Amino acid sequence: MHRLIKEMFLKYFSNPVLARLGDSAEITKPKNRIAFTTDGYVVQPIFFPGGDIGKLAVCGTINDLAVSGASPKYLAVSFIIQEGFPFVHLEKICQSMAKTAKEAKVKIVAGDTKVIENREAQTGQQKNGAEIYIITTGIGIYPPFMKDYSLGVEKIKPNDLVLINGGIGEHETAIILAREEFEFKAEVKSDCAPLNQLISDLLLICPRIRFMRDPTRGGLATTLNEIVESTNLGIIIDEQAIIIKPAVKGICELLGFDPLYLANEGKVVIITARTEGEKLLARMRKDKLGKEAKIIGEVVKKPKGVWVRTKLGSLRPLLMLEGQQFPRIC
Amino acid sequence: MNLKNYNKTERELLSKIKREIDRPINFMEVCGTHTVAISSFGIRQAMDKRLKLLSGPGCPVCVTPEEDIDLAISLAKQKDVIIVTFGDMMRVPGSNSSLERERANGRDIRVVYSPLAGLKLAQVERQKKVVFLGVGFETTAPTIAACIILARKNKIDNFFVLPLFKIIPPALRKICQAPQLKIDGFILPGHVSTIIGSKPYEFLVSDFHKPCAIAGFLALDILEGIYLLLRQLKTSPKVEIQYRRSVRPEGNIQAQKIMAEVFQVTDSVWRGIGLIEKSGLLFQSEYQNFDARQHFDLPPIKTKTNLACRCGDVLLGLITPFDCKLFAKTCNPEHPVGPCMVSSEGACQAYYKYEYRQ
Repeated sequence: MHRLIKEMFLKYFSNPVLARLGDSAEITKPKNRIAFTTDGYVVQPIFFPGGDIGKLAVCGTINDLAVSGASPKYLAVSFIIQEGFPFVHLEKICQSMAKTAKEAKVKIVAGDTKVIENREAQTGQQKNGAEIYIITTGIGIYPPFMKDYSLGVEKIKPNDLVLINGGIGEHETAIILAREEFEFKAEVKSDCAPLNQLISDLLLICPRIRFMRDPTRGGLATTLNEIVESTNLGIIIDEQAIIIKPAVKGICELLGFDPLYLANEGKVVIITARTEGEKLLARMRKDKLGKEAKIIGEVVKKPKGVWVRTKLGSLRPLLMLEGQQFPRIC
Repeated sequence: MNLKNYNKTERELLSKIKREIDRPINFMEVCGTHTVAISSFGIRQAMDKRLKLLSGPGCPVCVTPEEDIDLAISLAKQKDVIIVTFGDMMRVPGSNSSLERERANGRDIRVVYSPLAGLKLAQVERQKKVVFLGVGFETTAPTIAACIILARKNKIDNFFVLPLFKIIPPALRKICQAPQLKIDGFILPGHVSTIIGSKPYEFLVSDFHKPCAIAGFLALDILEGIYLLLRQLKTSPKVEIQYRRSVRPEGNIQAQKIMAEVFQVTDSVWRGIGLIEKSGLLFQSEYQNFDARQHFDLPPIKTKTNLACRCGDVLLGLITPFDCKLFAKTCNPEHPVGPCMVSSEGACQAYYKYEYRQ
């Protein structure tokens, strides 16, 4: 275990706080409020086009902090690894975590590893080989200009605009394809990316963004529904403004999936006052993670709930996802 | 939002359609994929209210009767059997259980996306018997037939299919014969017709004088299909192919040959409709050893039907999902009572997802 820590974690995650190898990471108390969050990652397969479980674990927690308006600073990482998990895979995952953290200017300052028994392998029932799970916990610090301001759904007002930084459904489509349960191939990469830089740039030019959320599991449809649920307002999104890459669309048509419900890992939904919309959009489009940013809809007093303005100009409701999406037969 | 920006071609077609409607008209879209498309594109909301679009028996999961689900469940309980199935089947309620519930009880039931995956599994699990649930229309039957031919060639003797296939044209005849039904025209399925062509529908014109259009799945395709039907009402009925980029009058001959090599036509029970003559597929005698019904000693099935569920009437276009008393009350996609709410292609789920608001 000592070897593992030295050869793997210290090597890739090296920074002065971690190098002390204390029982806790010691960090200096920041002047401003902090944000604190945790999430577990169990994605299968662990490697997929556009990322891997390590990159996902770093980005996921960074993005959760970032959408609350905080600037992510520190991560703690906990690995749960089944015995027999290949060392080379672990190394690849650590490299990718280190690279992503560096890119996002976040330090991995604490960690833990547990190796657990692999009962399935002993009884010959294992389908995918030994598994790995990663839990990341993060601390972010709010910028000084957010001293007296928190983003929140209660800030949302009728006539606000809804923005997103690009196309939807790419992460889940990449995962579906990487599982190789289908006989077809397509070039779809997960959009998995740390959004903190983009978001902090947006907050600098528009410190009073009303609300942000990353539309991960359940996709854009679920996120928008969560937003309106506690506001008593409605959101109308414009079907024609939503970007769905042809490959994502094609896979969805084949399997009978709705891309509005597919998970994203590098997208942020932003709700802002109408007057700030164009300014934010222009800034987003300058960032490599926001080139295809769009204003996709607006907040309305009535009708309540989430609605899609279709190509034909009619309105249809967009509900929360009920259960898992199953591929259709024909 | 300014409606002026909305898709011009589609909006123009929509106004052309509206000009053609001068009385109450009922069209039936037979295919489940059309049902979902109509709901999700918001075609119904944009349409003149006098034109009703009714869903037909075009979702394979939905037309599979309870006794066949019960049969699949009893197969899953047999020793050393692995059931492989398309995902939509998992949650369809049988009399007392569903495949999903049986899997939770420890039965070996696996979801696949192609019958070939089932065949591969049989090659790996030689000591087990792998049974593929053969649900589907003319769209899926050829691939399963090809799979069976491959299994025979490779002498795989632990792969079976439970044939529950249905074929579409006989069901349409039944619908036309139902006295309570007033269907003025059919939007015919694009995928099924790609295989069988347009000829098997000719009887709808010659025997029943019904306008027919085989349509694709884009909003524009469906609107064009509706427009063709309205024009036919004013001129004369025929079978028109709107979906020309995929459908030929003769269909896909190769697929038809493979299907005929492995399967023969038989009578079949459809959920909510009952027995329809020559509307199902059975193995040809030389392929009978792949038939799960022949291989396994299956107990007689006693089926209990949920009488309040009106999926049958929905499938016949007698009511819309909104007219069912269970809709969105005891029956929703999370806790489906009937198959039309289970399947992503089912009319009830499409209406719930895209047209219903609490």
